[in-house]
Amino acid sequence: MDSAMPKWADVFLIPMISLLLAAVFSAIVIYAIGESPIEALKLMVVGAVGSTYGWGYTLYYATNFMFTGLAVAVAFHARLFNIGGEGQAMLGGLGVALACLYIPWSHWAFALIGSATAGAVFGAAWAAIPAFLQAKRGSHIVITTIMFNFIAAALLNFLLIGALKLKGAMEPATGKFPEPTHLPSFQDMFSYGDTVLFRGAPANISFFVALLACVFVWALIWRTRLGYELRAYGHSPTAAKYAGINPTKIIMVTMLISGALAGMMAVNNVQGEAERLVLNAVEGAGFIGIAVALMGRSHPFGVLLAALLFGFLYQGGAELALWTKIPREMIVVIQALVIQFTGALDDMVRTPVTKIFVALRRPPSGQEG
Amino acid sequence: MTTAADVAPAIELRGISKAFGAVQANKDISIRVMPGTIHGIIGENGAGKSTLMSILYGFYKADAGEIFISGRKTSIPDSQAAIAAGIGMVFQHFKLVENFTVLENIILGAEDSGLLSPSLRRARRELAALADEYGLQVEPDALIEDIGVGMQQRVEILKALYRKADILILDEPTGVLTPAEADQLFRILERLKAEGKTIILITHKLREIMGATDTVSVMRRGEMTATVKTSNTSPAELAELMVGRKVLLQVEKQPRKPGARILDISNLTVHDEKNVPRLKGINLHVNAGEILGIAGVAGNGQSELLEVLGGYAQASGQITMNGQSLDLTGAKSDGQSRRTRGIAHVPEDRQREGLIMDYQAWENIAFGYHRDHAYRKAGLFMDHGAMRRDTTEKMARFDVRPPDPRLAAKSFSGGNQQKIVLAREIERNPDLLLIGQPTRGVDIGAIEFIHQQIIALRDQGKAILLVSVELEEILALSDRIAVMFDGQIMGERLPENTDEKELGLLMAGITEEAA
Amino acid sequence: MSIFLLFQIEVLDSALRLATPLLLACLAGLFSERAGIFDIGLEGKILMSAFVSAAIASVTGDVWLGMLAGICASLVLSLIHGVASITFRGDQLISGVAINFLAAGLSVVIAQSWFREGGRTPQLSGDARFSGIDLPFANTLADTPLIGPVYHGLISGHTILVYVALLTVPLSWWILFRTRFGLRLRAVGENPASVDTAGISVVGLRFAAVMICGILCGLAGAQMATAEPAAGFVKDMTAGRGFIALAALIFAKWRPWHALYACLLFGYLQAIALRPDLIEAALGFSVQTQLLDVLPYILTVVILAGFGGKAIPPRAGGEPYVKER
Repeated sequence: MDSAMPKWADVFLIPMISLLLAAVFSAIVIYAIGESPIEALKLMVVGAVGSTYGWGYTLYYATNFMFTGLAVAVAFHARLFNIGGEGQAMLGGLGVALACLYIPWSHWAFALIGSATAGAVFGAAWAAIPAFLQAKRGSHIVITTIMFNFIAAALLNFLLIGALKLKGAMEPATGKFPEPTHLPSFQDMFSYGDTVLFRGAPANISFFVALLACVFVWALIWRTRLGYELRAYGHSPTAAKYAGINPTKIIMVTMLISGALAGMMAVNNVQGEAERLVLNAVEGAGFIGIAVALMGRSHPFGVLLAALLFGFLYQGGAELALWTKIPREMIVVIQALVIQFTGALDDMVRTPVTKIFVALRRPPSGQEG
Repeated sequence: MTTAADVAPAIELRGISKAFGAVQANKDISIRVMPGTIHGIIGENGAGKSTLMSILYGFYKADAGEIFISGRKTSIPDSQAAIAAGIGMVFQHFKLVENFTVLENIILGAEDSGLLSPSLRRARRELAALADEYGLQVEPDALIEDIGVGMQQRVEILKALYRKADILILDEPTGVLTPAEADQLFRILERLKAEGKTIILITHKLREIMGATDTVSVMRRGEMTATVKTSNTSPAELAELMVGRKVLLQVEKQPRKPGARILDISNLTVHDEKNVPRLKGINLHVNAGEILGIAGVAGNGQSELLEVLGGYAQASGQITMNGQSLDLTGAKSDGQSRRTRGIAHVPEDRQREGLIMDYQAWENIAFGYHRDHAYRKAGLFMDHGAMRRDTTEKMARFDVRPPDPRLAAKSFSGGNQQKIVLAREIERNPDLLLIGQPTRGVDIGAIEFIHQQIIALRDQGKAILLVSVELEEILALSDRIAVMFDGQIMGERLPENTDEKELGLLMAGITEEAA
Repeated sequence: MSIFLLFQIEVLDSALRLATPLLLACLAGLFSERAGIFDIGLEGKILMSAFVSAAIASVTGDVWLGMLAGICASLVLSLIHGVASITFRGDQLISGVAINFLAAGLSVVIAQSWFREGGRTPQLSGDARFSGIDLPFANTLADTPLIGPVYHGLISGHTILVYVALLTVPLSWWILFRTRFGLRLRAVGENPASVDTAGISVVGLRFAAVMICGILCGLAGAQMATAEPAAGFVKDMTAGRGFIALAALIFAKWRPWHALYACLLFGYLQAIALRPDLIEAALGFSVQTQLLDVLPYILTVVILAGFGGKAIPPRAGGEPYVKER
């Protein structure tokens, strides 16, 4: 049964069909509100990948989504649904802000290492309580991480209108981070001579940190003993127990890594782009991580591709809002459709595709059974 | 002479076929069951008995074939139709709602009206009547989770009778019962038969067929191989029909040469999550070069014993391995620590415990030993090359088919899955092998191979603790036999000095003085 | 300085009003989860109904049409959830997440397209909104000591949906524990195989439960958008109410009467969060409103952690039903 469908169909064809379905429904919505889907797509392509400026935004968003997507993906491998990436990324932002504001860095490279560590630690700490409650008290991690998203939002709200607010300012935000913590943007890195590339776009060196994170997650999941144990636990907790794999340890370690990845996102949006901590800095990226992980089949390379796709959608969507009457929230609709089709409705796509492959296979084989 | 034409069969199936994916579970099966008889269906695990009866009960839909009830062609698309046709079924795994009362379970799906209270009142009256008529006493207001397995089965039978079933199907009803409870069940079935009910009994136990049925059908690999009068056949003939050739129930083995004491268990006690005692002060020992067989009805503490020894259940008491004590709680009481102490474990349920079904064979061959230095590369990493080479060798030595290390565990047959687990555990050269239900769901060819491997390990001077609910297996393999009942050891016997009858009494908790 | 300030009629009155959508949504979740279908998409359904009911009420000028349309919108989302998690046996949690986003996005996209007011609907007035109902003798009894203020100020004068929500509590209890449908619904959430072998359709029962959930969420959304003092839809107006309802459901351990108590408690927390002045007057110090806002979430985590009795969800919850082989 399981070999009826070749691997490429599983990892490529099925996500593509799901994506196509999501695209069709999105097109219907765009058409229904009186706009042309074709025109919209053209605008999105030009806006998101038609210039280095567009790319600069697309890659900036993709960087956020890679971190949150990896966070969800790692947890998925241990069959844990970490819906708390949003809150963990918020706390990561707090960690990054504290590291940038209160530690006198001499060079951005040190600041990057320091703030990435701080973001990871804060994100992991925020994931630790739900993880502990799941491991020790059996509290459903989906519910607790949802609750922790709200608690995180309130906590940041509390701090940003209180202790962390820049004195004298009206806006709930910290002051600007000091100069040495500013990360090199793509404009700084790739412009040469008189040619300015990525002008004013927020993509920055964190993109490469995100790529490193992909490699790290790949090695962790498929090459290390921890990854072996984590996947084993995800497939069968009872078998893991037999093998002497400690479930508490797996849940804790997995969620700490997951939270740390989500928290590290702040290096990109807080340190790299805003260069200060503002209210609602995460802007839903934690939830997009769910769509990215589902779409990418929880594989780091898939997550990378899906993150690029969503980066494209976000930048393209912003352009749409600018030039047409389609509001930015259209991206949220697309995101919902992607999650529904690649996640919950997977079987709807998979069953007919499997049947087609079984039908195609029938003549040559027959040794099964 | 009366012919079949005079009395229509209660049930007649014609040409029933059913496939699950590529697996043909039932192939063109025809069968006639006369009213007022007990008809047995016997066959090995996976022969297709349960599938056939689930089709009759409308739980599955047949791909082809016809069903006749009392001579009338009947379509049974769902269980509703089966119930309407007067069929009731007691599944192997009971279909009861655990936190409902007995009464609520009885009326579920057979309520009189939209409101519950009149239905409950009527059910209470009828239950009292049924209890008197068939001797099926139950406590109507007890919650299912608070009553024993035997009582739960009684609720299932009452559910069928409450729905006015004339035909009652029982799927492996004695698997969870003690011999005494089983006897009681068969007395109830006799009484139901006397009242004119038709009963179909699915089992893989020859003894039950011989003792309880009027006619018997034999199934093998999805096909019906024969239907005979029980009085005209013998266990040996049925066994042969079941497996397709003569069965050697006796395993060749040399007299044991017991060596030093390897495992010593004293006063071992285990409580479950609800703090119910599962093991009540067990004392046992196993020497090098011998097989200690643990006999007993499933659910009497054998699983807990294996879990404690395997390192994944907490316990109190004392266990020593090679003279040194094992931790029974805390961090050192896990599967990893047990393995380093020379304990290998072939678990009772290989699909839920022994293997990761989605892992490929080479990943499974390291399972539990994945922290071993042989599989290690640069500290944190695993050496996939070494794991694959190791797998190829072990698969060859244990004749695993197909010998492809990259195939997922779920793609192997039950017997080959068990060989993968055995290869992994035996090749570790353990001092003690724990082995639970070694041949459950395994085809006959593989059974012989697995038995030979166990004997060979014992002949190398290893200690083996064998748990099996199959008495024949226990008798054939063991050098000593301990019988468990209700979390206690009822007694120890040597296989040459005992028989199934004596062991059966012990399994029911009846000791000599009482017997 | 008196603690009684926090329990004055005015605060309790707004607590009851704020508890109403929570209660409707909580009972919605109760039906769905009791049948074994987890629903973290309550938020999305309320939001979608809030938008559609406000939009239709605004266009037609008839709040009843608006409410019906809101219920229909919520039912459509329920149907999607049912198809994904019952028919195609998908992950119920993921489907719920998707539905929340779908509602969050679609409500604004359509609102912008229809009304061009930045993703909101016009303010509702007149027949396009629900207004308070004066119960019999409310004014006559108003001056009676003790009974008067309670009856006139707290019990009377709410919109119809407040009373509907309160009546839904005993009704839900009665349906679940006194009718055949309720017995079957609870059974399918505990052990669907027991229902299947009894010859009853698991799929049918679960769809029925999910649809009831849709209707109640629709009412919750209508109450939020067409009955609050400032009637009308604004972007993201549910602001986590669906999750508070979910929290209340866990708090209530999936029991109707306890759901009422939990929602009243959470509604009360929202009500006093709106009156920081009263808190300061009553307690002598100020309490961060953020703390009051997140108290329901924190309390739920505490309950989930097993303090105050373990919250055990229906046993088959979250698992798609597959006939065993």
